[in-house]
Amino acid sequence: MDARTIGLIGGILLLLGAAEAVVRILKNHQDSGVDPAILATFHLRVRAWWSLFAVLAAAFFLGKTATVVLFGLIAFWALREFITLTPTRPGDHHALFWVFFVFTPLQFFLVGLGQYQYYSVVIPICGLLFIPWRIAMAGDRKRFLERMAKIQAGLLICVYCLSYAPALMTLELPGESAGRNVNLLLFFVLIVQLSDALQYVWAQIPSRHVIVPTISPNRTWEGLIGGSASVTLIGIALYWATPFPFYFAGLVSLAVSLLGFAGGLTMSAIKRDRGVKDYGTLVEGHHGVLDRIDSLCFAAPVFFHFTLWFFPT
Amino acid sequence: MESTITINILALIARILSGASVRWVDCQPDTCQRVYFANHTSHLDAIVLWSALPQEVRDLTRPVGAKDYWTATRFRQYMAQKVFNALLIDRKEIKVHQSPVDLMIREIGHTHSLIVFPEGGRSSGRGVGEFKSGLYYLCKKRPDLECIPVHLDNMNRILPRGQFLPVPLLSCITFGAPIWLEAGEKKADFLQRARQAVMHLKEL
Repeated sequence: MDARTIGLIGGILLLLGAAEAVVRILKNHQDSGVDPAILATFHLRVRAWWSLFAVLAAAFFLGKTATVVLFGLIAFWALREFITLTPTRPGDHHALFWVFFVFTPLQFFLVGLGQYQYYSVVIPICGLLFIPWRIAMAGDRKRFLERMAKIQAGLLICVYCLSYAPALMTLELPGESAGRNVNLLLFFVLIVQLSDALQYVWAQIPSRHVIVPTISPNRTWEGLIGGSASVTLIGIALYWATPFPFYFAGLVSLAVSLLGFAGGLTMSAIKRDRGVKDYGTLVEGHHGVLDRIDSLCFAAPVFFHFTLWFFPT
Repeated sequence: MESTITINILALIARILSGASVRWVDCQPDTCQRVYFANHTSHLDAIVLWSALPQEVRDLTRPVGAKDYWTATRFRQYMAQKVFNALLIDRKEIKVHQSPVDLMIREIGHTHSLIVFPEGGRSSGRGVGEFKSGLYYLCKKRPDLECIPVHLDNMNRILPRGQFLPVPLLSCITFGAPIWLEAGEKKADFLQRARQAVMHLKEL
């Protein structure tokens, strides 16, 4: 573990500790004027961050394989939530079996091997073509195009896109011990989570211009602009943790923030269409995994390819 | 019977694989004698319902199953006899003096509870089929049994009829408020009321 990893982990621990302290103080002072509902949501968020951080730290400690397996399990669970919420027909059963038990493990296996030329194409080519063929073989033609598109979307978003996060560890970058880019992955996850939080915080300021009222009444232009700007500054300030120069760290942070917004909004649209607020309403007492990682899914492939663009191998 | 640890591990695996969230609505887990009756859409229904019960309740609860199905393979036989302690009913030869209801009443004594699927066979998953009369006769002979309606949601997508390979979607199990056979209640009325109780849970 080098000094930069310790710096990043220490910073995250300080941030989480501060967030936890703020929640506890506000909870003990009922007269603080903060809406208890918002406080409860925030407390859930902080708890989710603690568990995310604890699991990530454990996986990093155990090494690359453990991290890839961890992300594979997260993707599997997210896909489970996605398909549960999506109406499918009995004719889709075999295609779904392949999606869960062949394509998902295969994708993360290839990521673990670091074979970019394979894991970047297996799902977009083989998966994309296999799913409609398998549904057609089952002989159910009702709403065919709609059903194949739903399964393809689930596989692409929950599995393919997310797999680019652990794939960051397999890149060979200057100044990093080969195949162990813990810092880059930590930086990425931190920026995505901060961007989520800061967009939410900035959206609380009084003058509210909601971007898409029919889909997400909480996402405002103030939140998007304020959140992305602050995340860009944080990215620049943290450039020492990345292999990038400061301007490029700022640029990727901005991209990650905008994509995180796009991911959250897209998943909200799917949830609104299905008439639920959280994917987690399926599992009572928990927030859905997909609710927590939607921004991660959208940002991961772009962050990965920005990195590849900057360090062509 | 298998050891408690093995059974607990198997129940945990069933819980994880079915991704079941369990809700108790107007009802709490209890070791008193009960009949859990549920809609039936998948071969996994009995396993998932059984694994959703807390351990002390589970130990006293016996699923009722068809003998021809649960003895067809060695694995099923193992599960039925050593794990669930299932009560198997011979669908092929029903004797007059040895009706399934008599058998159930004799087997449960004054300690065990039952899991039954009153639709008889598995339905296609859309709605709940008409109930067979067994539940009524059971309650007529043992009116003290609490009948707990249970709704299993999404199980037909995890393992539909005629499929061997499960898809790991999430499911939801809802236990509802108990019902009893009222004095003088007609068979059709009671069965209809029981069926409504299961269907009502789907809306919650």
